[in-house]
Amino acid sequence: MAKYALRLIVLAYLAVLLIVPVGLIGWRTFEDGFGAFADALTTHSALHAFKVTLIVAGWAVVLNTLFGVLAALLLVRHRFPGKRLLSALIDLPLAVSPVVVGLALILVYGTFTPVGGWLEGRGIQIIFSTPGMVLATVFVCLPLVVRAIVPVLEELGDEQEQAARTLGAGGWQTFRRITLPGIRAALGYGIVLSLARALGEYGAVAVVSGRTVDQTQTLTLFVEERFENFDVHASYAAALALAAIAVVSLLATRLLRPKDGT
Amino acid sequence: MTTIEKPADAPALASGRRTGPPAWAGTALGVGTATIFLSAVVLIPLGAVLWKGTAQGPAAFWDAITTPDAWAALKLTVIASLLVALINLVMGTLIAWVLVRDSFPGKGLIDLLIDLPFALPTIVAGLVLLALYGADSPLGVSLAYTRAGVVVALLFVTLPFVVRTVQPVLLELDREMEAAAASLGAGPWTIFRRIILPNLVPAMLAGTALAFTRAIAEFGSTVLISGNVPFKTQVAAVHIFGQIESDNTEAAAATSTALLVLSLVFLLAIDLVRRWGSRHG
Repeated sequence: MAKYALRLIVLAYLAVLLIVPVGLIGWRTFEDGFGAFADALTTHSALHAFKVTLIVAGWAVVLNTLFGVLAALLLVRHRFPGKRLLSALIDLPLAVSPVVVGLALILVYGTFTPVGGWLEGRGIQIIFSTPGMVLATVFVCLPLVVRAIVPVLEELGDEQEQAARTLGAGGWQTFRRITLPGIRAALGYGIVLSLARALGEYGAVAVVSGRTVDQTQTLTLFVEERFENFDVHASYAAALALAAIAVVSLLATRLLRPKDGT
Repeated sequence: MTTIEKPADAPALASGRRTGPPAWAGTALGVGTATIFLSAVVLIPLGAVLWKGTAQGPAAFWDAITTPDAWAALKLTVIASLLVALINLVMGTLIAWVLVRDSFPGKGLIDLLIDLPFALPTIVAGLVLLALYGADSPLGVSLAYTRAGVVVALLFVTLPFVVRTVQPVLLELDREMEAAAASLGAGPWTIFRRIILPNLVPAMLAGTALAFTRAIAEFGSTVLISGNVPFKTQVAAVHIFGQIESDNTEAAAATSTALLVLSLVFLLAIDLVRRWGSRHG
């Protein structure tokens, strides 16, 4: 009996908190048919928001992947003073509120700061523009690629790499032919996690973007702005599009996730 | 096992060809690049927040975080997060238990859905909850602009933490100990309390601490459902957002510093729990 009671409690909790609310959004969006859903997502503002989201997330994922591979190789394959500190600092962004991330970037790269002012004098605007949004997104995604690769690199060991080196392979050749094939699945897992997080980031981007419609508005900002302006339908449609991306990335991470213990 | 000499350390290879600079130069270059990147994106900006928040001295910092609205926001954030952490501790463990020990049709799907709050953008999470618990709720339960709404939003986004830390431990648990206890006459509750629970505690606490740090930092999911009512439903992150919007960066930095310190204290606590767990595990 206890077994069924526990099952019932768990299912009821998940239904109330997760399943019914998410399902309701889907139902509300398609209430007026698929045509209305498609129309809401193909307005000029919605398409522009899609474009901004893809540009920002694309840059953030590329930067994060390069940094992630470099940092993981350093943490696992190299010895240097301050290694534990570097490892701890990479996890730091997980503990920082997205709004604080935005504030932090404004305080350094805003127009009225030394760094931001100097860059602006050279025609580079960071805050209220794409570079700032990319920085904010990189900040929140920072640990994802590193933490996906590190355990796999540790498990692989460096014997094959050393063998390649003694046979005369250079650093880049060793990486491309030996290390990269070994970490491919883990790297894919980290990239999918980063991409999902980057496409869905809201708080940090809300602070640094200035939230200008048709200019720095991402899809998540579009969801909020449409809702505040009582255009609930467009808001639900964009939210559902983001939820669909989330579900696809969830399935992809399931396929790519390194199997525990096997 | 024989150790293989690295070519970079060898004086010269048989062909007399040296491949590139020595190994330490590569390490130095890598560490330098990583440090510059990390500094530009994370360290200098966070340092700027701490500096801006505390540059006027401890008294000014204290004044800034104890203004009535900032203090109310911080208090709500900490109390709501503690409540959320507690509910997660119980419900997360229960969900992990059912996912590991029970079997019913659709269990695989439920297991997959647990991760959805991590994958779903926070603003979408807020919107989703508002659709069911908002002013035009089909259930007639309106949590919009209430503290209960804030707690529900935080519960939504922190759902996976405890489940995903407890689940693997529960899977690895040796069932023979339970069988032995049962054969010696222990009832199910005694077995759970004396055999299973001690093994789960470190994972439960680690997951709960992660849920707490996430909850005190949360912004996106609470924006819509809280309605941003100062003194009532405004959490710290939303308060900071308002201060930034009204160009009051000093007050925003002070409240941010308080949040950062809270998070770091809890991250240290997680680390201690982990070490305690590995010593006693």
